[in-house]
Amino acid sequence: MIYQGKQKIWSEYQKEIPDDHWYYVRSCIRQNFFPASERMFTEITRNVLGKDIYETPSHTTCGGIAYHCDTIPQETVMTIVARQFALMTEAGYENYVASCITSFGNYAEILETWHEFPELETKIRELLWKACKKEFKKPKYLAHSSDLIYKFRGEIAAKGRFRLVDKETGEPLRIVEHIGCHYAKMFPHKGVGGAEYPCVLSGMIEAWGGQVIDYPERRHCCGYGFRQYHVQANRGYSLSNTHKKFESMEPYHPDAIITNCPGCPYFLDRWQYVIAEQTGKTYGRDGFGIPVFTYEELAGLVLGYDPWDLGLQLHQVAVEPFLDKIGIEYDPSAKYKGLDKKDILRPGLPQNLKCF
Amino acid sequence: MSKDNIVIIGGGIAGMTAASRLLRLGYTPIIVEESDHLGGHVAEWHKLFPDMAPAQDIVQRLAEEVSAANIFLSTRVLFINRLHDTYIVMLNNGVSIQAQAVLIATGFNLFDATKKEEYGYGIYDQVLTNRDLERWFTTGDDPRLNGHEVKRAGFVHCVGSRDVKAGNTQCSKVCCVTAIKQAIELKEKFPDAEIWCFYMDLRLFGKKYEDFYINAQKDYGIHFIRGRVSEVSEGLDGRVIVKAEDTLSGKPVKVTLDLLVLMSGMVCNATINPIATSLGIDLDSDGFLRSKDNISHIVSSGRKGLFLAGACTGTKTVPETIAEANSAALDIHLYLTEGK
Amino acid sequence: MEFGFKLSPSSAVNLDQVDLSLYERLAAIEPDLRICMACGSCSATCTAAPFTGMSVRKVILDLQRGKEKEAAKMLSGCMLCGKCTMVCPRGINTRHLILSLCRIYGTKAKEEGK
Repeated sequence: MIYQGKQKIWSEYQKEIPDDHWYYVRSCIRQNFFPASERMFTEITRNVLGKDIYETPSHTTCGGIAYHCDTIPQETVMTIVARQFALMTEAGYENYVASCITSFGNYAEILETWHEFPELETKIRELLWKACKKEFKKPKYLAHSSDLIYKFRGEIAAKGRFRLVDKETGEPLRIVEHIGCHYAKMFPHKGVGGAEYPCVLSGMIEAWGGQVIDYPERRHCCGYGFRQYHVQANRGYSLSNTHKKFESMEPYHPDAIITNCPGCPYFLDRWQYVIAEQTGKTYGRDGFGIPVFTYEELAGLVLGYDPWDLGLQLHQVAVEPFLDKIGIEYDPSAKYKGLDKKDILRPGLPQNLKCF
Repeated sequence: MSKDNIVIIGGGIAGMTAASRLLRLGYTPIIVEESDHLGGHVAEWHKLFPDMAPAQDIVQRLAEEVSAANIFLSTRVLFINRLHDTYIVMLNNGVSIQAQAVLIATGFNLFDATKKEEYGYGIYDQVLTNRDLERWFTTGDDPRLNGHEVKRAGFVHCVGSRDVKAGNTQCSKVCCVTAIKQAIELKEKFPDAEIWCFYMDLRLFGKKYEDFYINAQKDYGIHFIRGRVSEVSEGLDGRVIVKAEDTLSGKPVKVTLDLLVLMSGMVCNATINPIATSLGIDLDSDGFLRSKDNISHIVSSGRKGLFLAGACTGTKTVPETIAEANSAALDIHLYLTEGK
Repeated sequence: MEFGFKLSPSSAVNLDQVDLSLYERLAAIEPDLRICMACGSCSATCTAAPFTGMSVRKVILDLQRGKEKEAAKMLSGCMLCGKCTMVCPRGINTRHLILSLCRIYGTKAKEEGK
């Protein structure tokens, strides 16, 4: 692997990411899957970095899931998105940052479509006015929230309490990066580093002391694939694609996986349990799985937040071996306690995948 | 000896062939070559299909034939202005020439394989281009091959050719037969190697090309898979993993290789474009210079005293280029003698 | 209740795992095996093709991809009429090839059947 070759490609796919004043929109599903991640994003950007991040409870779904499942027409999705832009305009912002990869792809696709077909934009403006008497300006800058964490990766490293380094050996931890398909595969120039060798997550890994693992199936879908998982008859394809990725990364012995999509960490995490129960195979050391983190969770760990405040107890794959390797302190007895310190009940333990 | 000045831009085989002919017709042409040597791309090649003739033989023969010409190496044309029936050619070494005729023979550029990011050229250690391999055949020195026993190798046809997204819809003509030639040469170096060629169509139109193909299959056991390589990745041991579809069986295939050779295609050499367009030569839809027409006036620009030869007007083989250069020399001679 | 949480088999061919030793034995006695260019004339003219799926082109391809069982099964549709030999533009003696094929692969199929 010629590292300079990748750097050359990265240099060709740099996008402008403004420093401050962002209108933030959350994902439909991330708060259920990884409940602290979006909370961590606002915590880090506002309180650690001192940025102005605005959000409004009037924000709704972007329509992306329904769009990609072929259940609503594109004009409907566009009108939903036009309303989000109207909310941003009303709040006085022009930088739009989305937490969800599919939303980000959806916004990018719609802005590009309007650019190519201005008459469609006019039509959507009419539809929006008829529907809710709103008008909008298009965002000046569109970013995914991982773009912002990427931009501030150096500051996070400087303020961090931990580095992604094995505390015993001093060796960098081996981290797989997995990018959501809708981040840059549709528009390589809208993602940091392009689509073939994106550097939005690898940049974080390197800045925080880890070593990026580049394995043969790194470009492959996590396995979610809307019409694979959501259609029951296709679920086997979902599982099989995830399986293919793990078989490919296994020889590299990764310590963790970091992702920037709502679906990917969920499926890469949960399918390890399904694979282990069906085939008996686990991909981490000593019967454990490979822990899968969102970039906000990993940033939170680097900054020294309590793992249980980051919601890591909701992961299927045990995160403790990873925390131990870095030397992050945690209270095992507090794992399944809520904010009010009351027990939130313990999950049943799988047969083959070692968990706590 | 004619006093007419003829400037030939480009000292590759097109420019040299035309110069050689013009010398025999009694002119003293002026060759302006950007690099520090004559011979262009062919000078970098090892052997030429289909007879496996050493490329150096052609280049050396032509160099001897043109030794009486005025040759400017490491020199560029800055601009050309038209003055009545002549052209004022300004060179970057301060020389300006009043020429009665100008021949553009600026050839092509090899497609930059790093643009096909999914093939990993410049990123994966064991991926090289047709030019890299040809250079290794000549010099025997390449870090990707030094001391390596190649057991499995692959050739990817149409890299940057027939590819709308790469900006090139044209077929580069020579890559199919070059891949076969290089596969045979590689197999001769490594007789136990398994070699696969991944192609979309095999375009073996030239004299003896098809025989070459049958040889490759029958005598060298080279495998041909109809399917374009979709992506390449690097395995733990540094070998490359190649994915394609075997479109004849309708199944995806995967293979791990010690070496992958990308058949980079021909793209226009755009450095001449500003000068050509300033003289009224348009660019054709493929980005190459537009001939007066593509059937009987390929070497004519449609402008008085301005001629074209070789790959500056499109992808060409070596014999096509040489034939065009001869034809252009004759056209220049007729233009200068029969009145303008 | 079937939730569909199952690993699906892949149809991809991994050329790293294909054993071509029998193919090479066949090619040693039938070198023309290698020069098939998959034009399909043989299948188009085959008397058995419309009913049995027989195709010399596909048989050769299957052997090259290590799908010996599929090739053997397809061959059972051949009636050895020789029409394919007449139309092959590369002059492959397909009829002879098929007989050699049966000799080499047939033995292996028998051994596997035990």
